[in-house]
Amino acid sequence: MSILVDRTTPVMVQGITGKIGNFHTAEMLKYGTNIVCGVTPGKGGSTVHGVPVFDTVKEATAKTGAETSVMFVPPPFAADSIMEAADGGLKLCVAITDGIPAQDMIRVKRYMRRYREANRMRLIGPNCAGIISPGKALIGIMPDHIYKTGSVGIVGRSGTLGYEAASQMSDLGIGVSTSVGIGGDPVNGSSFRDILELFEQDPETSAVVMIGEIGGPQEAEAAEFVRDHMTKPVIAYVAGLSAPKGRRMGHAGAIISAFGESASEKVEILREVGAVIAPTPAAIGETVRDAVATAA
Amino acid sequence: MDIHEYQAKEILSGFGVPVPRGGLAYSPEQAAYRAREIGGSQWVVKAQVHTGGRGKAGGVKFCNDDHEVHDAASELFGKRLVTHQTGPEGKVVYRVFVEGTVPIERELYLGLVLDRKTERIMVVASAAGGMEIEEIAETEPDTIIRSVIEPAVGIQAFQAREIAFGLGIEPAQVQQVAETIIGCYRAFRDLDATMVEINPLVITSEGSVMALDAKMNFDDNAMFRRPNISELRDKSQEDPRESQAADRGLSYVGLDGNIGCIVNGAGLAMATMDMIKQSGGEPANFLDIGGGATPERVAKAFRLVMSDKNVEAILVNIFAGINRCDWVAEGVIKALEENPVNVPLVVRLAGTNVEEGRKILAQSGLPIIRAATLSEAAERIVAAWQNDLKHNVKLVNAT
Repeated sequence: MSILVDRTTPVMVQGITGKIGNFHTAEMLKYGTNIVCGVTPGKGGSTVHGVPVFDTVKEATAKTGAETSVMFVPPPFAADSIMEAADGGLKLCVAITDGIPAQDMIRVKRYMRRYREANRMRLIGPNCAGIISPGKALIGIMPDHIYKTGSVGIVGRSGTLGYEAASQMSDLGIGVSTSVGIGGDPVNGSSFRDILELFEQDPETSAVVMIGEIGGPQEAEAAEFVRDHMTKPVIAYVAGLSAPKGRRMGHAGAIISAFGESASEKVEILREVGAVIAPTPAAIGETVRDAVATAA
Repeated sequence: MDIHEYQAKEILSGFGVPVPRGGLAYSPEQAAYRAREIGGSQWVVKAQVHTGGRGKAGGVKFCNDDHEVHDAASELFGKRLVTHQTGPEGKVVYRVFVEGTVPIERELYLGLVLDRKTERIMVVASAAGGMEIEEIAETEPDTIIRSVIEPAVGIQAFQAREIAFGLGIEPAQVQQVAETIIGCYRAFRDLDATMVEINPLVITSEGSVMALDAKMNFDDNAMFRRPNISELRDKSQEDPRESQAADRGLSYVGLDGNIGCIVNGAGLAMATMDMIKQSGGEPANFLDIGGGATPERVAKAFRLVMSDKNVEAILVNIFAGINRCDWVAEGVIKALEENPVNVPLVVRLAGTNVEEGRKILAQSGLPIIRAATLSEAAERIVAAWQNDLKHNVKLVNAT
């Protein structure tokens, strides 16, 4: 098993006719992802790599049974597309788009609360690399060949740093159950805590790597969950130990603006609840290997 | 994006926030003229720089006639203001704002922020105005009132009133304070701000409410739909390297170290800086050239990093995901041929087609130190930097 996506998940691509959507649709199909439809308003009736395109999410889900969407819509229209997905009955939306205004995301999250929890779409991202369940499905933009199949879950904000961790693990023969990018924006869909909860429930995940960074309260919130509910080992690294306060480090959300938001404070909070801390970003693989060996 | 105090006041005043009479000046003569235009018998001349803590740094001057205004302005123009927020390089004053003073009865703090915990706009207020909010949080945390705004309906009058009563405002002025809070919220929401701060918000001895200082920040991601705000960008207040980077679509933050970094992805860029530090070096910058890492971006990045005089070594760390390492390697070589670097250079490539990429670097004949892993890259760049320093010291001693 894996979390969120597997071989049979029927996937919709929002923004499939754009250059980026088109490129990654081909990559995802090559990996074996079950892509059943695409949506681009005004391009209904056409096909992209053999995938039928529809004008609206509702029409696409009605005709193809798509349950999950991966979204490549440009920033000015992205929030609207996420809300369309939520209203169209999708269970999961993975928003890849970088650069969505923060207040649009506030609106999206408020909008999603209109639905009862049982019917509420889960959002991953935006500004993320997506999800991969190695050997099963790729719903995102990560280079699939660095992920071996296995039982360690990965959750992180950054794309390339997630790749770095996966490839260090891969070099040591450690495989991944699912890797989830939650994105670098200040207001995002699923938090570290949300994904940790899914990994804790997943029988085929035996340990979780959590890759945080400076800014925001989500690592501290995850630490509470680790303390109270996690039985599986959590290995953590927090990027930005050398980042100065008050400066935005690339990601819209990577800025230390309040107490507890620096890397060293987050590391301390995570260490206190029993997470195994990778001392450097180059030691994530080894730390996972040792932690898994100790737990077994 | 930051804007100046006078710009924030102009915006907020359009949303019903009362501000003192004031005028902008680009020269001492203009400042004196502004003072006469405003009238009254006392003025304050304020340096317009993108930083807080101007008062303590000597950027705010009180004057009793227009000669004093002239002199205060002439002292401020061209001055480099160093505050606890600017770093040692400070910010240069090119504009001053002249305002009539008002008799102050009470000073309050009013701020609106994007609260990441509730993922909503939050109003933060305190009766202990004049101090910075961090200071208030430390010394008088009980005076802080927080109110989270429901995004679907926006701020309600009762919320603004609650805050005003909570601040201990006299009934006669509650309406004015509430309107000020509502005005700030509307400006925040309508213009895609990420922060509005009025510190102090004062009650004058005549019983009116007024914003004596104002600060606004805006969401860079929303500037595509806020042309009137983007227009307010003042490049003279930015680190020139950062403006250059922003204009080229790169994400750059200048730091104080000597080892320049060129990395793809924000998280990996931060991790690379951390590694350099842990290996005994100091990063000169944060630089994310984007997930794509095209040859053009690599070339731009080299020019940018080399424009920093403090850079004594460069580390390139690219994790090629969608791209191929051979293609990135060709980009690095092309960039080096166009912009030869005379400092030690370590290149670490990882990901797709890594073998081909390393081969291309090896065969280029360029003095590139190669590294296979992140730790190797950091150790090699720090070692190469230290060797180069020793070598240069020897050269200096020999001459």
